[in-house]
Amino acid sequence: MNMMTGVPPWERLIRPDRVHGSLYTDPGIFEAELKNIWYRTWVYVGHESEVPNANDYVVKSIGPQSVIMTRDEQGKVNLLLNRCSHRGNQVCSFERGNARSFTCPFHSWTFANDGRLVGYAFPDGYEGQDKAQLALGRVTRVESYRGFVFGSFAADGPTLKEHLGGAAETIDRLVRTSPEGEVEITAGFLKHRVKANWKFILENECDGYHPAFVHTSIFGVADSMIGKLYGGASSALTRDYGNGHTEIDLRPEFRKRAAPMSWFGTSEERLPDYTARMKTTYGDTAAREIMIDGTPHVMIFPNLFIAEIQMFVIQPLGVDDSVQHVTALQFKGAPDLNRRLRQQTMGSVGPAGFLLADDSEMYERCHRGVQARNPEWIFLGRGEKRQRQDELGFTVGHVTDEVPSRGIWTHYRKLMEPV
Amino acid sequence: MLSRESSATLMSAITAFLYREARLQDEHQYEAWEKLWTDDGVYWVPANGADIDPERQMSIIYDNRSRIALRVRQLMTGKHFTQTPQSNLRRLISNIELMDEQPDDGDIAVASNSLIFESSLRDDTLWAARNEYRLRHVDGELRMAAKKVILVNNDKAIYTLSFLV
Repeated sequence: MNMMTGVPPWERLIRPDRVHGSLYTDPGIFEAELKNIWYRTWVYVGHESEVPNANDYVVKSIGPQSVIMTRDEQGKVNLLLNRCSHRGNQVCSFERGNARSFTCPFHSWTFANDGRLVGYAFPDGYEGQDKAQLALGRVTRVESYRGFVFGSFAADGPTLKEHLGGAAETIDRLVRTSPEGEVEITAGFLKHRVKANWKFILENECDGYHPAFVHTSIFGVADSMIGKLYGGASSALTRDYGNGHTEIDLRPEFRKRAAPMSWFGTSEERLPDYTARMKTTYGDTAAREIMIDGTPHVMIFPNLFIAEIQMFVIQPLGVDDSVQHVTALQFKGAPDLNRRLRQQTMGSVGPAGFLLADDSEMYERCHRGVQARNPEWIFLGRGEKRQRQDELGFTVGHVTDEVPSRGIWTHYRKLMEPV
Repeated sequence: MLSRESSATLMSAITAFLYREARLQDEHQYEAWEKLWTDDGVYWVPANGADIDPERQMSIIYDNRSRIALRVRQLMTGKHFTQTPQSNLRRLISNIELMDEQPDDGDIAVASNSLIFESSLRDDTLWAARNEYRLRHVDGELRMAAKKVILVNNDKAIYTLSFLV
C-alpha cells in the first residue's frame, strides 16, 4: 500500500507471469475491487426468463448489494436496489414473486415495481416534497444480451456489447443449442458458499490444468469422457477474449469425435425429439454442426460462468466469503434435453456435487495457503512461451495453459489502476 | 392398525436402525451405509424449501440408487479431496416418529430431527435437518427406500456438504 495515496502499486503486485498473494487476502484491496469492478463495470445480474410475466420479480445481487430485478407493467426489466429511500430498510424480503409494488414494512413507504415512490404514510408531514426525488435507487445502466441482463453502476463507459467484445459470440453459440434460439433459467439455484476470495473461483473456471487432478476421484469411478479433454494430448484450447473474458474451447476435440451430442455424453438416437426440432430450425447441416460443437465453456468477467450444461454466478460477500449460485441451463423447446441437463447438473455441482465439492475445497485451501508469504507470488507462467494468436487475433494456448488467468489479471490491473 | 406392543417393538427396531445409520455416517463406513438402501432407494436433499418438485427444480442431492453407489465409490477412492482428510462428525438423532399417514404399499413412513456437528479443514459447521424416511422390511431387515433430508437453511448459501448427511 502506498502510504501517501492509499493506492497499492498495481504494477508491482500484478506482473506478466505472476501475481501477489495479498491480492486475494487484503481487505483494503477487496474494498477497492467493489468500487472499481463490481460497482462500475458490467456485472451479470439475472436472466429475462426469470421474470417472464408483467410484475414478476426476483431478488439478485451485485456483490454484497441486494438488487430486485422486476418486470414492470410495461414489460420493461428494471434493476432496483433493495433499500428504502427513507431509512434504508430492505423493501423486499422474498426471493421471488409477483407484485405491482413493494411496501416498506418500517414506515409503509410504497414503491411501484419500476422504482417510483407512489406513497408514504401520513403524507401531510411531507408537504411540498417532490416524490420523484425519493424513488428507489437503481442500477445506473441496464442492458441485456440474448436474455442475459447485465447492470453497471457507471453512468458512462463501454456499452454491454463493447464490454462483451469477442465473448458475445460464445453466447450466440449457447442460444443456438435451443431449437427456438433461447436459453431459459427456470430450474432454481443452488447456493454454494466458500470461505475463499472470489478470484480463486473466477480463475479456476477456465483453468484446464486442474481437472485431471482435482477431479480424479469422480473421473475414475464414473467412466467420464471429460478427463481426456484436459489431458496433455488434448487439442482443446484456452482463449483470452480480452476485457477479462476467457474460454476453454473444447470444439477441436468434439469435432474430432464428429458425433452429434457427444459433447454431452449422449447421442442423437437418445434425443430423437430434440434432434428433429434442431434439424427443422437450422437445417440438417447446421444442426449437425451445432450438435457436434456443443455449448461453450466461457467465463464472462467478472461473474458469469457458462459451463456447458450449467450456469454459475459468482458473488463476492467479503474478502474471504463468496457464493457460487448455480443452475442447469435450460433450452427453450428442448424438454428431453433439459431433463438430462438438470440431472447432470444436480450430480456435478452445488454443495454436494461430485465436481464442485472438490473445486471448492481447492478454493478454500488456496485461500488459507496464500496467508503464508513465502513465496509471495502466485505463479501463472504456464504456456507463456507457446501461446499464440488465433485467426481472430485472440490469444490461445494449450487447454492446460494459464492463458485465461493471465488475461484476467491484465484486465483486472487496467480496472484497478487509477485513470 | 398395529397393537400397542407391536407398535412399541417396531419403534424400537426403527430407532435402532436410525441410530445405526447415524453412526455409520459419522464414522464414514460408506459401504456399510450403502447396504442400508433398497435396490430402488432415493436419497434426496432438496434446496430452497421442503416441497419443491425434484424433477423440475435443483436439489442439493437427488440420487437414484446408482448415483448413491457412485457417491459412495467416489468417497472410497480416498482422492475425493473435500473428504480427504475426512470431516470429524457427530450427530444427534431425535424426535423419531411414526407418521400418522402411512403409505399403503407396506413401507413405513418415519421422521426424525438431526443436529450434526462437522469439524473440517475449513472450520466447524453446525447442520440441522428434518429427515423423512420410507423404510421397508427386506429379508427381515429394515432398509431405506427413501431418505429426504430437509436442511433448515436449505434456502441459503451453504458450505460444501460432502459427508453423508
